[in-house]
Amino acid sequence: MEKLNKRSKLYLALVFVILYAPILFLVFYSFNSGDSMTNFKSFTFAHYKEVFQDSRLIVILINTVVIALLSALIATIIGTLGSIGIVSIKNRKMRNTVLSLNNILIVSPDVIIGASFLILFTMAGIKLGFMSVLLSHAAFSIPIVVLMVLPKLHEMSSSLIDAALDLGASRRDILTRVILPYVKPGIFAGFFMALTYSLDDFAVTFFVTGNGFSTLSVEIYSMARAGVSLTVNALSGLVFFVTLLLVLGYYFITKRQTRSGAHK
Amino acid sequence: MKSLIRASIGILLVCGILMYTSHAMDATSGKSGKDILTIYNWGEYIDPALIKKFEKQTGINVIYETFDSNEAMMTKIEQGGTNYDIAVPSEYTVEQMRERHLLKKIDHKQIPNLKYIEPDFLHLAFDKKNQYSIPYFWGTVGVVYNKKLLKDKKFDSWDDLWDPSLKGKVILVDSAREVIGVGLNSIGQSLNTTDSTVLQKATNKLIRMAPNVKAVIGDEVTQLMINGDAEVALTWSGQAADMMSENEDLTYSVPKEGSNLWFDNMVIPKTSKNIEGAHKFINFMLDPKVAAQNSEYVGYTTPNKAALKLMDPEIVNDTRYYVSKDVREKLEVYKNLGKEKIGEYNELFLRFKMSIR
Amino acid sequence: MRRKGNLLSLIPYYIWILFFVIAPILLIVYYSLLDLHGHFTINNYRNFLTSVYLKMTLSSFWYAFLITLFSLIISYPAAYLITKLKYKQLWLILIIIPSWINLLLKTYAFIGIFGNKGPINAFVKAIGLPNQQILFTDFAFVFVSVYIFIPFMILPIFNALDKLNPALIDASRDLGASKITTFRRVIIPLTMNGVKAGVQAVFIPALSLFMITRLIAGNRVITLGTAIEEQFLTTQNWGMGSTISVFLILFMFIIMLLTGERKKGVARNGKAK
Repeated sequence: MEKLNKRSKLYLALVFVILYAPILFLVFYSFNSGDSMTNFKSFTFAHYKEVFQDSRLIVILINTVVIALLSALIATIIGTLGSIGIVSIKNRKMRNTVLSLNNILIVSPDVIIGASFLILFTMAGIKLGFMSVLLSHAAFSIPIVVLMVLPKLHEMSSSLIDAALDLGASRRDILTRVILPYVKPGIFAGFFMALTYSLDDFAVTFFVTGNGFSTLSVEIYSMARAGVSLTVNALSGLVFFVTLLLVLGYYFITKRQTRSGAHK
Repeated sequence: MKSLIRASIGILLVCGILMYTSHAMDATSGKSGKDILTIYNWGEYIDPALIKKFEKQTGINVIYETFDSNEAMMTKIEQGGTNYDIAVPSEYTVEQMRERHLLKKIDHKQIPNLKYIEPDFLHLAFDKKNQYSIPYFWGTVGVVYNKKLLKDKKFDSWDDLWDPSLKGKVILVDSAREVIGVGLNSIGQSLNTTDSTVLQKATNKLIRMAPNVKAVIGDEVTQLMINGDAEVALTWSGQAADMMSENEDLTYSVPKEGSNLWFDNMVIPKTSKNIEGAHKFINFMLDPKVAAQNSEYVGYTTPNKAALKLMDPEIVNDTRYYVSKDVREKLEVYKNLGKEKIGEYNELFLRFKMSIR
Repeated sequence: MRRKGNLLSLIPYYIWILFFVIAPILLIVYYSLLDLHGHFTINNYRNFLTSVYLKMTLSSFWYAFLITLFSLIISYPAAYLITKLKYKQLWLILIIIPSWINLLLKTYAFIGIFGNKGPINAFVKAIGLPNQQILFTDFAFVFVSVYIFIPFMILPIFNALDKLNPALIDASRDLGASKITTFRRVIIPLTMNGVKAGVQAVFIPALSLFMITRLIAGNRVITLGTAIEEQFLTTQNWGMGSTISVFLILFMFIIMLLTGERKKGVARNGKAK
């Protein structure tokens, strides 16, 4: 592993600073005793206290996380299988058509997706709420998973599979032992991007939700008219640090395991 | 492969635990009972303590859902699949919802507290007998500006927005009727104009204001004005109040040519499954004490006459919000002009926006 | 690779396409043929071909192009450098985490950061320059858009670079190729798939950006996405909104056609080019 020179390090540091700047800004103002993201008055924990007292907000947060994780999981499974299928389509025209269809949900603005899903769900008689939101999120996350997995599949040389076949591997083996391990980085990339899609979505969720089910985005957007309360900043700050801790913790635990254990 | 399966199982486990906790929490806050009332309102547009109070008083469990635009809310109610018992649309939307048969009649016998509402705010054109709607908050459209950044400037007339010294300083709301309305008001025309030539004239005058326009935005204007990032903005009185409570240099004025008078109203959508509860809720919100508390929490002006007596006199006597009767007579409530005219307003507005750069 | 069995894995995917892609498209096409009163008309299409919407289309493409270009310029070196780091997987996740915080909140934060009293202007003042108007400029708009899309660009490029066989680079070097030649002739072609995925994941959604056009650009930039949003929510003219959407989808098909795989085997193993 070659060492990075100073300039490269500076460049990376700059990218990270920019990526985290708005979040630090949010967290900074979550300690503001005033009630907007301006004019820092004095330091307070009051908004954090409010988070823990507001059980409605916490239920909404849990809804958001559950929907994000489950929909990303479903989207990743369908999307990965789909991309494996897509590369096996022999006809080039057909393959390109399927790929174009794949991208339609990415290019369509959220309101259109939301409104048409709403019409579809009510036509199909699906009750609006958890299920409809979950299905929609999985639906609009599938294309990004396909986009992330495909390049890895393209990269994989067919000789790898031929070799496996020659060695007498079954199709199942090829899928589980050859293809999936190879495209794993693409699968994880797809999963993480699906999480992003789900957590950011407002318009689609707004249209297809109902019966008391709400997510954080819907809540925050509808606060805009009367002003987003700093409680939301505090909540986001908490979520951010917990996520960071979980990721760091998980990473170093698995790292240690792999170092002490033998596999990989 | 193993790691993929392990990750999937991990995610499912986490979701399971989270769902269990949220169920447990829902049960403790009592949202799983039978007598449920679902309220559909703008975010942060009610004092949450009042919902708790209502639940305690009546034993009804409230589910509170939020929306961010009248049109989006109406689409949801029209499409069905949900059962909202109370919604809070603006007056022009009340008219549209009524036309589309999305509202249920309100039984005034069940709302004794209706007597507390200022009579001037009842029986208005959008719902002549208040058969379908009861006012919740009201307000005006006007100009909020920073006294410190704009020394000796006043906005008594709409024409002041055309002042060449304001180059690149004016912020407008991203809403067709309000902005075209500025044009209309400034040439002495009604906000409910349907004559295309007059609309065209108003737009042409607006386009001459384009060099002054800094941006056309939505609710974000609050933050900009508080920060001192913008000098002057067209806005609703409720938002102006929000801004002024955070920045003392700001003030609000309704130009003399006239302006818009708006109402947000409580209605019972046709999807309601708890009509009795909905009436109870409306009546509860009209209770003077409740209305006063709510108005002080949200910061918007209440139509409840009796509530005004219970509130801080400094707020109630502030004529910038609780405008005097003769100013009020110059204000106009929007009429529903029909889809085609609204489309025309929006086309003209789009043309104006494209002229900004 | 190309065995029948793999086609079975397409079944859930095809079901998804049928219900969540084809069905909505049919709905959109149907609505695009309706006027305000629900009568059939092709006026919406005629309306789109007027100068207002054509101008909007051009500006959407221009901004989407700028956003994609800058995302690529920033992401490629960043992805490359991350592959060289010790805990590269961790750093990669750290790139993604900011995108999990609500977008509207982050946009509000940007409004504060770019503002007259924000940190940037504080710095500008500290070095003795006059106050800069940053909000509501093209720069702010492109900057925030690029900010949003960076993870979508870095991820696929990282994945492509990460599996790059270092032996190939060494070989190229041993054969006397300079750093730049190695980069141009070996690294870039080999990561083309990743770049392509990144470009698609940025350019296509950038065409229909909205919200930021209002919050950060103050409606000085009006894209097709903004127009659709307004037609659906403000004007309530679903017909016109759907028509613009039909055109967006058509544009996307054209882009896919132009950037789609040309011949079999191109880009595989990087033999071609």
